[in-house]
Amino acid sequence: MPESITDSKPEKVVCGPGLRGILRHKQPNLYWIDSQQRRYVPSKGENVIGVVTAKSGDIFKVDIGGSEQASLSYLAFEGATKRNRPNVQVGDLVYSQLIVANKDMEPELVCIDSCGRANGLGVFGADGLLFKVSLGLVRRLLAPQSEIAKDLEKMFPFEMVVGMNGRVWVKAKTIQQTLIVANLLESCENMTAQQRQTLFRRVADGSI
Amino acid sequence: MRDTPLSNCERDFILKAIEEKRRLDGRQTYDYRNIKISFGTDYGCCFVDLGKTRVMAQVSCELITPKENRPNDGIMFFNIELSPMASPAFETGRQSELMVKLNRQLERCLRNSKCIDTESLCVVSGEKVWQIRVDVHLLNHDGNLMDATSIAAITALCHFRRPDVGIQGEDVTVYSTEERDPIPLSIYHMPISVSFSFFQQGTYLLVDPCDREERVMDGLLMIAMNKHREICSIQSSGGIMLLKDQVLRCSKIASVKVSEITELINRALENDKKVRKAGGRCGFAESMPQERITALKTHVSPLEMTDVEEKANEIVLRAEAPPQTVPSPVLPGPGTGQVGEGLQSSWGLEEEEEEEEEEEEEEEEQQHKAEEEVTCVAEEKRGVDVVLISDSDSEEEEVVILNQKALTKNATSSNQQMAVDSKLKRQRERQ
Repeated sequence: MPESITDSKPEKVVCGPGLRGILRHKQPNLYWIDSQQRRYVPSKGENVIGVVTAKSGDIFKVDIGGSEQASLSYLAFEGATKRNRPNVQVGDLVYSQLIVANKDMEPELVCIDSCGRANGLGVFGADGLLFKVSLGLVRRLLAPQSEIAKDLEKMFPFEMVVGMNGRVWVKAKTIQQTLIVANLLESCENMTAQQRQTLFRRVADGSI
Repeated sequence: MRDTPLSNCERDFILKAIEEKRRLDGRQTYDYRNIKISFGTDYGCCFVDLGKTRVMAQVSCELITPKENRPNDGIMFFNIELSPMASPAFETGRQSELMVKLNRQLERCLRNSKCIDTESLCVVSGEKVWQIRVDVHLLNHDGNLMDATSIAAITALCHFRRPDVGIQGEDVTVYSTEERDPIPLSIYHMPISVSFSFFQQGTYLLVDPCDREERVMDGLLMIAMNKHREICSIQSSGGIMLLKDQVLRCSKIASVKVSEITELINRALENDKKVRKAGGRCGFAESMPQERITALKTHVSPLEMTDVEEKANEIVLRAEAPPQTVPSPVLPGPGTGQVGEGLQSSWGLEEEEEEEEEEEEEEEEQQHKAEEEVTCVAEEKRGVDVVLISDSDSEEEEVVILNQKALTKNATSSNQQMAVDSKLKRQRERQ
């Protein structure tokens, strides 16, 4: 990548939609483009939010926003045995990790880590709101020391689950507050830090 | 490809939010999303954005032979395309239920309401008529496809110009746009569909449902109306029982919405006309806003939606409140009385507010009135007496008294009997 950038002669260069975004750089020589795409391509090891769409035999079919539905074994929950099945209904949300994700196979999910502990994974979301944002925003939210999350935390307490597949679940004390968080997150996708902070301040002063 | 499923938590949340009179995008119950109307470079091409829902309508025309039973009428043809681009749940080349429903509703909205003069589309009776074809392509699906479709279709029809034709004997010449100016269709009125979704068996009502609200709703009511408040079609789906009041209320809201949307369409058409006349650049590409990824995205509503709810509420209130009636006569002041509606009688009240001299006069007047009233009553009392007297004067009445006496003979006192007897004596003497 750096070679191609430095070597390019002064002629017309066309950037396709996959290359549009903010060019980032990390020492010593790692370059990438923060894109705003919304299509999720499953990749191994990512934590995603899925919606259970069917129960068939000993697996659940889970929609994770990819091209294909993922499968989730009922044994892949903490404390689940052949006799002790987890209580999962169709339409429930599961926060799970992808252990198989390649282009030729059906993606496979688990809700336990290698030690057999839930470690934050599992069925969740009795109430609260699920919505979709771009994958770029999700990465910004999940980054350590995320500025957006910090700014949001200042307003009021709320719970948030962020999946790498662009799905975000939030729950605040009231429906009004949940809606505010959801709308703020959706709107701050294309904002600079300054714009975002002024917007958050305005919301904090104005409506609550 | 299958549609993304709706999770239980979204469903519960939407229903709970509706109970609290809140919506996902911060709208009020009767609010529409932003409507944006833009035109293509050709006549009869129209894009409509309703929030994130996006629809394109293209009108085209063709000379064909008319139907045998209607030799003088042009033909309207409507076609709706659900492309997978709009939603992954849509498939091409298959007649889905939704497509049939939308197509039927659009036909009822635009063809059966006779909003377009089909007779003016006749070129040679029985041989050549224009067929107007409306193709509606759904580009993005975020709920309320019908409203967006109907707005796009009628706007495209208004925007469309058909080529002029000349007839010389048997020959029909179609002139190109360079030779003669193309002719607009003659449109009598503009029916616009307004959708209402119902939740919790009709307890809650929302205008212009978005995709997620549409998935949760129990029933849908679509009212097509023009700005003269004439209902062109009405359809209820979802198998929900609606009360008469609800339908009436919906039709009132629809009339407000329709008048606003009609105004918006007219303004959009006018703008486009002006731009075309001035020779400016028009068309689809020009209507795209220059959006940068880092720019703060703000859609400025072309339609003033701030006071819509108040207006709608006002209308609803006006419609539902019973007319003010006064159950008992109102007494604004002494000597005045009023029953029912209308301006309050200021009789005798205005003068109190005037100068003191007049007040004195008025007081005198009032005293006079009071005296008059008293005398009136006295007269009435006397009148009663008089009546009695006159009764006894006439001979026939005396006969009545006689009968009375006969009936109440036992009860009457002896002196009364004496009096009657004396009267009888007098009569006999006269006779």
